[in-house]
Amino acid sequence: MLDIAIAIILGCCALGAGTAMIAGIGPGIGEGNAVAKACEAIGRQPECKGDVTSTMLMGCAIAETTGLYALVIAILLLFVAPSTFIDILIQYVG
Amino acid sequence: MNRNSRSFKAVDIIYILMMVVPICFSIVIKVLTKGASDGISITGADIFFVIDMPIQNLPITESQINSWMVMIAVTGLCLFLTHGITSDKTLIRHHIAEWIVEKVSAMTKNNMGAYFSGFAPFVVSIISLSAFSSLLTLFGLYPPTSDINIVGGWAILVFVLITYYKLKCGPVFYVKTMASPLLLTPLNVISEVATPISMAFRHYGNVLSGSVISVLVAAGLQFLSSKLLGFLPGFLNGIPFLQIGIPAILSIYFDVFSGCLQAYIFAMLTMMYISDGFPAEEYGKRKLKNNN
Repeated sequence: MLDIAIAIILGCCALGAGTAMIAGIGPGIGEGNAVAKACEAIGRQPECKGDVTSTMLMGCAIAETTGLYALVIAILLLFVAPSTFIDILIQYVG
Repeated sequence: MNRNSRSFKAVDIIYILMMVVPICFSIVIKVLTKGASDGISITGADIFFVIDMPIQNLPITESQINSWMVMIAVTGLCLFLTHGITSDKTLIRHHIAEWIVEKVSAMTKNNMGAYFSGFAPFVVSIISLSAFSSLLTLFGLYPPTSDINIVGGWAILVFVLITYYKLKCGPVFYVKTMASPLLLTPLNVISEVATPISMAFRHYGNVLSGSVISVLVAAGLQFLSSKLLGFLPGFLNGIPFLQIGIPAILSIYFDVFSGCLQAYIFAMLTMMYISDGFPAEEYGKRKLKNNN
Protein backbone atom coordinates (compact mmCIF):
# COMPACT_ATOMS: atom_id res chain seq x y z
CA MET A 1 0.00 0.00 0.00
CA LEU A 2 2.77 2.40 1.00
CA ASP A 3 4.64 1.94 -2.26
CA ILE A 4 1.53 2.81 -4.26
CA ALA A 5 1.07 5.95 -2.17
CA ILE A 6 4.70 6.96 -2.76
CA ALA A 7 4.31 6.29 -6.47
CA ILE A 8 1.22 8.50 -6.58
CA ILE A 9 3.10 11.29 -4.77
CA LEU A 10 6.05 11.11 -7.15
CA GLY A 11 3.87 10.98 -10.23
CA CYS A 12 1.66 13.86 -9.12
CA CYS A 13 4.70 15.99 -8.28
CA ALA A 14 6.06 15.43 -11.80
CA LEU A 15 2.66 16.17 -13.32
CA GLY A 16 2.35 19.33 -11.27
CA ALA A 17 5.81 20.48 -12.33
CA GLY A 18 4.96 19.90 -15.97
CA THR A 19 1.66 21.69 -15.64
CA ALA A 20 3.25 24.63 -13.87
CA MET A 21 5.53 25.22 -16.82
CA ILE A 22 2.53 26.01 -19.03
CA ALA A 23 3.14 29.48 -17.63
CA GLY A 24 6.14 29.61 -19.98
CA ILE A 25 3.76 30.47 -22.83
CA GLY A 26 3.04 33.93 -21.42
CA PRO A 27 6.61 35.26 -21.20
CA GLY A 28 7.30 33.74 -24.63
CA ILE A 29 4.54 35.75 -26.26
CA GLY A 30 5.40 38.85 -24.26
CA GLU A 31 9.09 38.78 -25.04
CA GLY A 32 8.35 38.11 -28.67
CA ASN A 33 6.16 41.20 -28.78
CA ALA A 34 8.81 43.26 -27.03
CA VAL A 35 11.56 42.20 -29.42
CA ALA A 36 9.33 42.77 -32.45
CA LYS A 37 8.53 46.30 -31.35
CA ALA A 38 12.21 46.94 -30.59
CA CYS A 39 13.14 45.78 -34.11
CA GLU A 40 10.53 48.14 -35.55
CA ALA A 41 11.87 51.01 -33.47
CA ILE A 42 15.45 50.32 -34.56
CA GLY A 43 14.30 50.13 -38.17
CA ARG A 44 12.63 53.50 -37.83
CA GLN A 45 15.45 55.15 -35.90
CA PRO A 46 18.70 53.25 -36.31
CA GLU A 47 20.65 55.91 -34.40
CA CYS A 48 19.11 54.99 -31.03
CA LYS A 49 19.93 51.30 -31.31
CA GLY A 50 21.86 51.15 -28.04
CA ASP A 51 19.12 52.71 -25.94
CA VAL A 52 16.41 50.56 -27.52
CA THR A 53 18.45 47.40 -27.00
CA SER A 54 19.13 48.05 -23.33
CA THR A 55 15.50 49.00 -22.68
CA MET A 56 14.36 45.88 -24.51
CA LEU A 57 16.64 43.67 -22.43
CA MET A 58 15.24 45.24 -19.26
CA GLY A 59 11.68 44.73 -20.44
CA CYS A 60 12.40 41.13 -21.39
CA ALA A 61 13.86 40.51 -17.95
CA ILE A 62 10.76 41.88 -16.30
CA ALA A 63 8.42 39.98 -18.62
CA GLU A 64 10.33 36.82 -17.78
CA THR A 65 9.45 37.05 -14.10
CA THR A 66 6.15 35.17 -14.27
CA GLY A 67 7.79 32.35 -16.17
CA LEU A 68 10.54 32.19 -13.59
CA TYR A 69 8.02 31.98 -10.76
CA ALA A 70 6.57 28.96 -12.52
CA LEU A 71 10.05 27.55 -13.00
CA VAL A 72 10.87 27.93 -9.32
CA ILE A 73 7.62 26.19 -8.39
CA ALA A 74 8.37 23.40 -10.86
CA ILE A 75 11.86 22.95 -9.45
CA LEU A 76 10.49 22.89 -5.91
CA LEU A 77 7.94 20.27 -6.97
CA LEU A 78 10.60 18.14 -8.63
CA PHE A 79 13.43 18.28 -6.12
CA VAL A 80 12.06 19.39 -2.77
CA ALA A 81 8.39 18.43 -2.52
CA PRO A 82 8.56 14.61 -3.00
CA SER A 83 10.85 13.99 -0.04
CA THR A 84 8.82 16.34 2.18
CA PHE A 85 5.52 14.73 1.20
CA ILE A 86 6.90 11.23 1.66
CA ASP A 87 8.20 12.20 5.10
CA ILE A 88 4.74 13.49 6.03
CA LEU A 89 3.13 10.30 4.70
CA ILE A 90 5.47 8.02 6.62
CA GLN A 91 4.89 10.06 9.75
CA TYR A 92 1.13 9.50 9.43
CA VAL A 93 1.29 5.84 8.44
CA GLY A 94 3.90 5.09 11.05
CA MET B 1 57.90 54.12 -8.11
CA ASN B 2 60.18 51.99 -10.22
CA ARG B 3 58.09 49.56 -12.25
CA ASN B 4 60.99 47.31 -13.11
CA SER B 5 62.09 46.87 -9.55
CA ARG B 6 61.88 43.49 -7.96
CA SER B 7 59.52 44.59 -5.20
CA PHE B 8 56.97 45.95 -7.70
CA LYS B 9 56.93 42.66 -9.57
CA ALA B 10 56.70 40.71 -6.32
CA VAL B 11 53.61 42.67 -5.27
CA ASP B 12 52.12 42.10 -8.73
CA ILE B 13 52.68 38.37 -8.38
CA ILE B 14 51.04 38.43 -4.94
CA TYR B 15 47.95 40.09 -6.42
CA ILE B 16 47.80 37.61 -9.31
CA LEU B 17 48.08 34.77 -6.82
CA MET B 18 45.25 36.37 -4.87
CA MET B 19 43.12 36.01 -8.00
CA VAL B 20 44.15 32.47 -8.90
CA VAL B 21 44.58 30.73 -5.55
CA PRO B 22 40.95 31.09 -4.32
CA ILE B 23 39.60 29.54 -7.53
CA CYS B 24 42.12 26.68 -7.27
CA PHE B 25 41.14 26.27 -3.61
CA SER B 26 37.47 25.88 -4.60
CA ILE B 27 38.39 23.37 -7.30
CA VAL B 28 40.49 21.36 -4.82
CA ILE B 29 37.66 21.36 -2.29
CA LYS B 30 35.24 20.21 -4.96
CA VAL B 31 37.55 17.42 -6.14
CA LEU B 32 38.25 16.26 -2.60
CA THR B 33 34.63 16.21 -1.46
CA LYS B 34 32.80 15.04 -4.56
CA GLY B 35 34.99 12.81 -6.67
CA ALA B 36 34.13 11.69 -10.16
CA SER B 37 30.68 10.40 -11.04
CA ASP B 38 29.19 9.26 -14.31
CA GLY B 39 25.52 9.64 -13.55
CA ILE B 40 23.62 12.86 -13.71
CA SER B 41 22.88 14.58 -10.47
CA ILE B 42 20.99 17.81 -10.06
CA THR B 43 21.64 18.72 -6.48
CA GLY B 44 21.81 21.87 -4.44
CA ALA B 45 24.95 23.13 -2.78
CA ASP B 46 26.80 20.67 -0.58
CA ILE B 47 26.84 21.38 3.14
CA PHE B 48 30.42 21.06 4.38
CA PHE B 49 29.84 21.55 8.09
CA VAL B 50 27.35 23.11 10.46
CA ILE B 51 28.18 25.72 13.08
CA ASP B 52 26.05 25.57 16.22
CA MET B 53 24.22 28.81 16.82
CA PRO B 54 21.75 29.72 19.57
CA ILE B 55 18.68 30.35 17.39
CA GLN B 56 19.37 28.43 14.22
CA ASN B 57 22.33 26.31 13.21
CA LEU B 58 24.48 27.90 10.53
CA PRO B 59 25.38 25.53 7.70
CA ILE B 60 28.51 26.38 5.73
CA THR B 61 27.75 25.40 2.15
CA GLU B 62 29.59 25.18 -1.13
CA SER B 63 27.93 28.34 -2.40
CA GLN B 64 29.09 30.34 0.61
CA ILE B 65 32.68 29.15 0.20
CA ASN B 66 32.59 29.84 -3.53
CA SER B 67 31.15 33.32 -3.13
CA TRP B 68 33.82 34.20 -0.56
CA MET B 69 36.45 32.91 -2.98
CA VAL B 70 34.97 35.12 -5.71
CA MET B 71 35.08 38.08 -3.36
CA ILE B 72 38.77 37.48 -2.62
CA ALA B 73 39.50 37.05 -6.32
CA VAL B 74 37.68 40.26 -7.26
CA THR B 75 39.55 42.13 -4.53
CA GLY B 76 42.79 40.79 -5.96
CA LEU B 77 41.74 41.89 -9.44
CA CYS B 78 40.97 45.41 -8.21
CA LEU B 79 44.28 45.67 -6.38
CA PHE B 80 46.13 44.37 -9.44
CA LEU B 81 44.41 46.82 -11.79
CA THR B 82 45.15 49.82 -9.62
CA HIS B 83 48.67 48.85 -8.53
CA GLY B 84 51.29 51.33 -9.55
CA ILE B 85 49.18 53.53 -11.81
CA THR B 86 50.37 57.09 -12.20
CA SER B 87 49.22 60.03 -14.26
CA ASP B 88 51.31 58.96 -17.28
CA LYS B 89 49.26 56.24 -18.93
CA THR B 90 51.95 53.73 -19.75
CA LEU B 91 50.46 50.66 -18.13
CA ILE B 92 47.72 48.70 -19.91
CA ARG B 93 45.94 48.00 -16.64
CA HIS B 94 45.60 51.74 -16.12
CA HIS B 95 43.47 51.94 -19.25
CA ILE B 96 41.35 48.96 -18.20
CA ALA B 97 40.74 50.37 -14.73
CA GLU B 98 39.91 53.80 -16.12
CA TRP B 99 37.53 52.29 -18.67
CA ILE B 100 35.65 50.40 -15.96
CA VAL B 101 35.37 53.45 -13.72
CA GLU B 102 34.26 55.72 -16.56
CA LYS B 103 31.68 53.31 -17.92
CA VAL B 104 30.13 52.60 -14.54
CA SER B 105 29.99 56.23 -13.46
CA ALA B 106 28.39 57.18 -16.78
CA MET B 107 25.86 54.35 -16.45
CA THR B 108 25.01 55.29 -12.88
CA LYS B 109 24.63 58.95 -13.77
CA ASN B 110 22.42 58.19 -16.78
CA ASN B 111 20.13 55.84 -14.93
CA MET B 112 19.97 57.36 -11.46
CA GLY B 113 20.71 61.03 -11.88
CA ALA B 114 23.41 63.22 -10.39
CA TYR B 115 22.16 62.85 -6.80
CA PHE B 116 23.03 59.15 -6.81
CA SER B 117 26.40 59.39 -8.56
CA GLY B 118 28.04 58.04 -5.42
CA PHE B 119 26.36 54.71 -6.09
CA ALA B 120 28.83 53.70 -8.82
CA PRO B 121 31.07 51.56 -6.55
CA PHE B 122 28.06 49.71 -5.17
CA VAL B 123 26.72 49.04 -8.66
CA VAL B 124 30.02 47.82 -10.03
CA SER B 125 30.55 45.57 -7.04
CA ILE B 126 27.15 43.98 -7.61
CA ILE B 127 27.89 43.51 -11.31
CA SER B 128 31.34 42.04 -10.77
CA LEU B 129 30.30 39.74 -7.93
CA SER B 130 27.30 38.43 -9.84
CA ALA B 131 29.10 38.04 -13.16
CA PHE B 132 32.15 36.30 -11.73
CA SER B 133 29.96 34.06 -9.58
CA SER B 134 28.03 32.95 -12.65
CA LEU B 135 31.24 32.50 -14.63
CA LEU B 136 32.52 30.02 -12.01
CA THR B 137 30.64 27.35 -13.97
CA LEU B 138 33.39 27.61 -16.59
CA PHE B 139 35.71 25.98 -14.04
CA GLY B 140 33.14 23.31 -13.29
CA LEU B 141 32.36 24.80 -9.90
CA TYR B 142 28.97 25.32 -8.33
CA PRO B 143 27.87 28.89 -9.16
CA PRO B 144 26.79 30.71 -5.97
CA THR B 145 24.16 32.63 -7.97
CA SER B 146 22.17 29.44 -8.49
CA ASP B 147 21.59 29.33 -4.74
CA ILE B 148 18.56 31.33 -3.65
CA ASN B 149 20.16 32.18 -0.29
CA ILE B 150 23.04 34.12 -1.84
CA VAL B 151 20.95 36.04 -4.35
CA GLY B 152 18.22 36.56 -1.77
CA GLY B 153 20.80 38.18 0.48
CA TRP B 154 21.73 40.65 -2.25
CA ALA B 155 18.06 41.33 -2.92
CA ILE B 156 17.42 42.03 0.76
CA LEU B 157 20.37 44.43 0.74
CA VAL B 158 18.85 46.24 -2.22
CA PHE B 159 15.44 46.26 -0.52
CA VAL B 160 16.95 47.92 2.57
CA LEU B 161 18.50 50.58 0.33
CA ILE B 162 15.21 51.17 -1.50
CA THR B 163 13.32 51.56 1.77
CA TYR B 164 16.01 53.84 3.17
CA TYR B 165 15.70 56.19 0.21
CA LYS B 166 11.90 56.02 0.35
CA LEU B 167 12.06 57.04 4.00
CA LYS B 168 14.21 60.07 3.20
CA CYS B 169 11.18 62.37 3.50
CA GLY B 170 10.12 60.93 6.82
CA PRO B 171 7.88 58.00 7.73
CA VAL B 172 4.67 60.05 7.42
CA PHE B 173 5.29 60.79 3.77
CA TYR B 174 6.21 57.13 3.18
CA VAL B 175 2.90 55.95 4.61
CA LYS B 176 1.07 58.60 2.60
CA THR B 177 2.61 57.40 -0.68
CA MET B 178 1.80 53.82 0.21
CA ALA B 179 -1.85 54.67 0.89
CA SER B 180 -2.33 57.28 -1.80
CA PRO B 181 -5.48 55.67 -3.22
CA LEU B 182 -6.71 54.14 0.00
CA LEU B 183 -8.20 51.10 -1.69
CA LEU B 184 -4.90 50.15 -3.29
CA THR B 185 -2.94 50.01 -0.03
CA PRO B 186 -2.77 46.19 0.16
CA LEU B 187 -1.61 46.03 -3.44
CA ASN B 188 1.09 48.62 -2.75
CA VAL B 189 2.29 46.64 0.26
CA ILE B 190 2.36 43.43 -1.78
CA SER B 191 4.29 45.05 -4.62
CA GLU B 192 6.72 46.47 -2.08
CA VAL B 193 7.41 43.02 -0.65
CA ALA B 194 7.45 41.42 -4.10
CA THR B 195 10.36 43.56 -5.29
CA PRO B 196 13.21 41.69 -3.54
CA ILE B 197 11.50 38.32 -4.09
CA SER B 198 11.16 38.86 -7.82
CA MET B 199 14.73 40.18 -8.09
CA ALA B 200 16.12 37.15 -6.28
CA PHE B 201 13.96 34.68 -8.21
CA ARG B 202 14.84 36.24 -11.56
CA HIS B 203 18.58 35.95 -11.09
CA TYR B 204 18.51 32.55 -9.39
CA GLY B 205 15.94 31.07 -11.79
CA ASN B 206 17.91 32.06 -14.87
CA VAL B 207 21.21 30.63 -13.66
CA LEU B 208 19.66 27.49 -12.19
CA SER B 209 17.56 26.74 -15.28
CA GLY B 210 20.69 27.09 -17.41
CA SER B 211 22.63 24.60 -15.32
CA VAL B 212 19.69 22.16 -15.18
CA ILE B 213 19.28 22.25 -18.96
CA SER B 214 23.04 21.80 -19.44
CA VAL B 215 23.06 18.73 -17.20
CA LEU B 216 20.02 17.25 -18.95
CA VAL B 217 21.51 17.80 -22.41
CA ALA B 218 24.85 16.30 -21.37
CA ALA B 219 23.12 13.25 -19.91
CA GLY B 220 20.94 12.84 -23.00
CA LEU B 221 23.95 13.03 -25.31
CA GLN B 222 25.75 10.43 -23.21
CA PHE B 223 22.79 8.08 -23.50
CA LEU B 224 22.43 8.76 -27.22
CA SER B 225 26.08 8.12 -27.98
CA SER B 226 26.06 4.89 -25.99
CA LYS B 227 23.10 3.73 -28.10
CA LEU B 228 24.22 5.01 -31.51
CA LEU B 229 27.96 4.38 -31.28
CA GLY B 230 27.78 1.12 -29.34
CA PHE B 231 29.01 -0.85 -32.36
CA LEU B 232 32.50 0.66 -32.15
CA PRO B 233 35.15 -1.88 -31.20
CA GLY B 234 37.15 -2.03 -28.00
CA PHE B 235 37.45 0.88 -25.67
CA LEU B 236 36.06 3.27 -28.30
CA ASN B 237 32.44 2.49 -27.47
CA GLY B 238 32.99 3.63 -23.91
CA ILE B 239 33.74 7.19 -25.03
CA PRO B 240 30.68 9.45 -25.45
CA PHE B 241 31.71 11.13 -28.70
CA LEU B 242 28.49 13.10 -29.06
CA GLN B 243 29.26 14.88 -25.81
CA ILE B 244 32.23 16.61 -27.43
CA GLY B 245 31.44 20.17 -28.40
CA ILE B 246 27.66 20.36 -28.20
CA PRO B 247 27.45 21.11 -24.45
CA ALA B 248 30.09 23.79 -24.95
CA ILE B 249 27.82 25.72 -27.31
CA LEU B 250 25.04 25.60 -24.74
CA SER B 251 27.53 26.69 -22.10
CA ILE B 252 28.42 29.79 -24.12
CA TYR B 253 24.80 30.87 -23.98
CA PHE B 254 23.77 29.73 -20.52
CA ASP B 255 26.95 30.40 -18.59
CA VAL B 256 28.70 33.29 -20.33
CA PHE B 257 25.92 35.27 -22.03
CA SER B 258 23.10 34.61 -19.58
CA GLY B 259 25.32 35.05 -16.53
CA CYS B 260 26.66 38.41 -17.67
CA LEU B 261 23.20 39.54 -18.81
CA GLN B 262 21.67 38.66 -15.46
CA ALA B 263 24.42 40.58 -13.65
CA TYR B 264 23.67 43.62 -15.84
CA ILE B 265 19.93 43.27 -15.30
CA PHE B 266 20.27 42.90 -11.54
CA ALA B 267 22.39 46.04 -11.39
CA MET B 268 20.03 47.94 -13.69
CA LEU B 269 17.00 46.96 -11.61
CA THR B 270 18.84 47.98 -8.44
CA MET B 271 19.56 51.40 -9.89
CA MET B 272 16.02 51.83 -11.20
CA TYR B 273 14.26 50.78 -8.03
CA ILE B 274 16.45 52.96 -5.83
CA SER B 275 16.13 56.06 -7.98
CA ASP B 276 12.40 55.51 -8.61
CA GLY B 277 11.66 55.00 -4.94
CA PHE B 278 13.39 58.21 -3.96
CA PRO B 279 10.79 61.06 -3.84
CA ALA B 280 13.07 63.65 -5.46
CA GLU B 281 10.52 66.47 -5.81
CA GLU B 282 9.29 66.32 -2.25
CA TYR B 283 12.86 66.03 -0.96
CA GLY B 284 13.92 69.11 -2.93
CA LYS B 285 10.93 71.09 -1.63
CA ARG B 286 11.69 70.17 1.97
CA LYS B 287 15.32 71.03 1.57
CA LEU B 288 14.43 74.47 0.18
CA LYS B 289 12.01 75.03 3.06
CA ASN B 290 14.65 74.07 5.60
CA ASN B 291 17.20 76.36 4.04
CA ASN B 292 14.78 79.28 4.11
